[in-house]
Amino acid sequence: MQGRNLNLAVGAFVLLGLFALLFMALQVSNLGAMSNGPTYEVKAYFDNIGGLKPRAAVKSAGVVVGRVRQIQFDDQQYQALVLLDLDTRYKFPKDSSAKILTSGLLGDNYIGLEPGGDPDNLKNSDRISMTQSAVVLENLISQFLYNRPSESAPPSAGSAKGAGVLK
Amino acid sequence: MSSVLNSVAALGALFLQFVSALGVFALLLAKILARTTAILKRPRLIAAQVHFLGNHSLAIILVAGLFVGLVLGLQGYYTLRRYGSEQALGVLVALALVRELGPVIAALLFAGRAGTSLTAEIGLMKAGEQLSALETMAVDPIARVLGPRFFGGLIAVPLLAALFSAVGVLGGWLVGVALIGVDAGAFWSQMSDGVDFWNDIVNGVIKSAVFGLAVTHVALVQGYESKPTPDGVARATTLTVVAGSLAVLGLDFVLTALMFGDT
Repeated sequence: MQGRNLNLAVGAFVLLGLFALLFMALQVSNLGAMSNGPTYEVKAYFDNIGGLKPRAAVKSAGVVVGRVRQIQFDDQQYQALVLLDLDTRYKFPKDSSAKILTSGLLGDNYIGLEPGGDPDNLKNSDRISMTQSAVVLENLISQFLYNRPSESAPPSAGSAKGAGVLK
Repeated sequence: MSSVLNSVAALGALFLQFVSALGVFALLLAKILARTTAILKRPRLIAAQVHFLGNHSLAIILVAGLFVGLVLGLQGYYTLRRYGSEQALGVLVALALVRELGPVIAALLFAGRAGTSLTAEIGLMKAGEQLSALETMAVDPIARVLGPRFFGGLIAVPLLAALFSAVGVLGGWLVGVALIGVDAGAFWSQMSDGVDFWNDIVNGVIKSAVFGLAVTHVALVQGYESKPTPDGVARATTLTVVAGSLAVLGLDFVLTALMFGDT
């Protein structure tokens, strides 16, 4: 194999490899899905973040409107400080509330934003004051076990009442 | 008593052998890297090696990648179905391939397919005193013979690993979506949700570059340091596969612990 043919074959090989990388970057990884548009930062304090991780989704009405940027522990308030990057396309009222939800029964944690009714919108470095912590399964179970003896219902109805406590 | 002493001495000899082999490895690597500019001045030689090492390994890499993806799809589906989360098949296949299987298996196959031929070629050059002949004509055999092969391998392996992973993902898609009937939208969206570009894909490429360096250089060292006899070349070729594969697996553990240890 000489000169031109060799260059052609090597060029095709390198192109094929780069094409595979491009395929993985755009189709397999989140690079294609990531909105690289401008964002604004919002703070929220939570008593317990459960299994929330950086880069988790922030959703409102099920639609991804941003990502968790950073999670810190605030040793003044003994709460978790979560910094959120919200897409500037989406405006939320100042009194919107944030809660940590789980997708599916065992899925990843994400933050659900519930819009409020304030005429002013959240701005950069504002704080979401109304928050609801993650539901920790262990707490739920201990609550369930703790509440059961106080009920005077017959044992046969115990499980039905227990399910009510869970709600 | 003397048998105990003998076994301790044997251990010591083995360790010294290992250390001196590491020293030979590092010295030759330093010699090649010191001649980088001289080697890069002749890109045609590197292109010929990329063709020899890369293009000719394409068939085995693509077929192996496809089958690894097919098996991952089948086996992953079998396990995930128990938990009712078949739709996570995409992220399972993609993460396994991009993080581990792609770089590792591509490097292992490369050691078998291309590393052996490098060792045999250089070993025979040495046995036929061609390397000495080059030196007599004031041509540096490290820059002229070893260097282009080294950089050719360094370029070829990451590309081959990327192709392996991409074809494997397609294989997983073929089994999961086309054959078994997992929802295509969930397959791709969970995949792109769970695979991070910098954390997973870029780290996978870094891994395969390190493996490419290790496998290629092991092959070159074995060939360059082989005894110039038919027996010596045969031994060196075997050692290339053994040492190259073990180096890849050992490095993979270290790199995985460094890259993904805390996630």
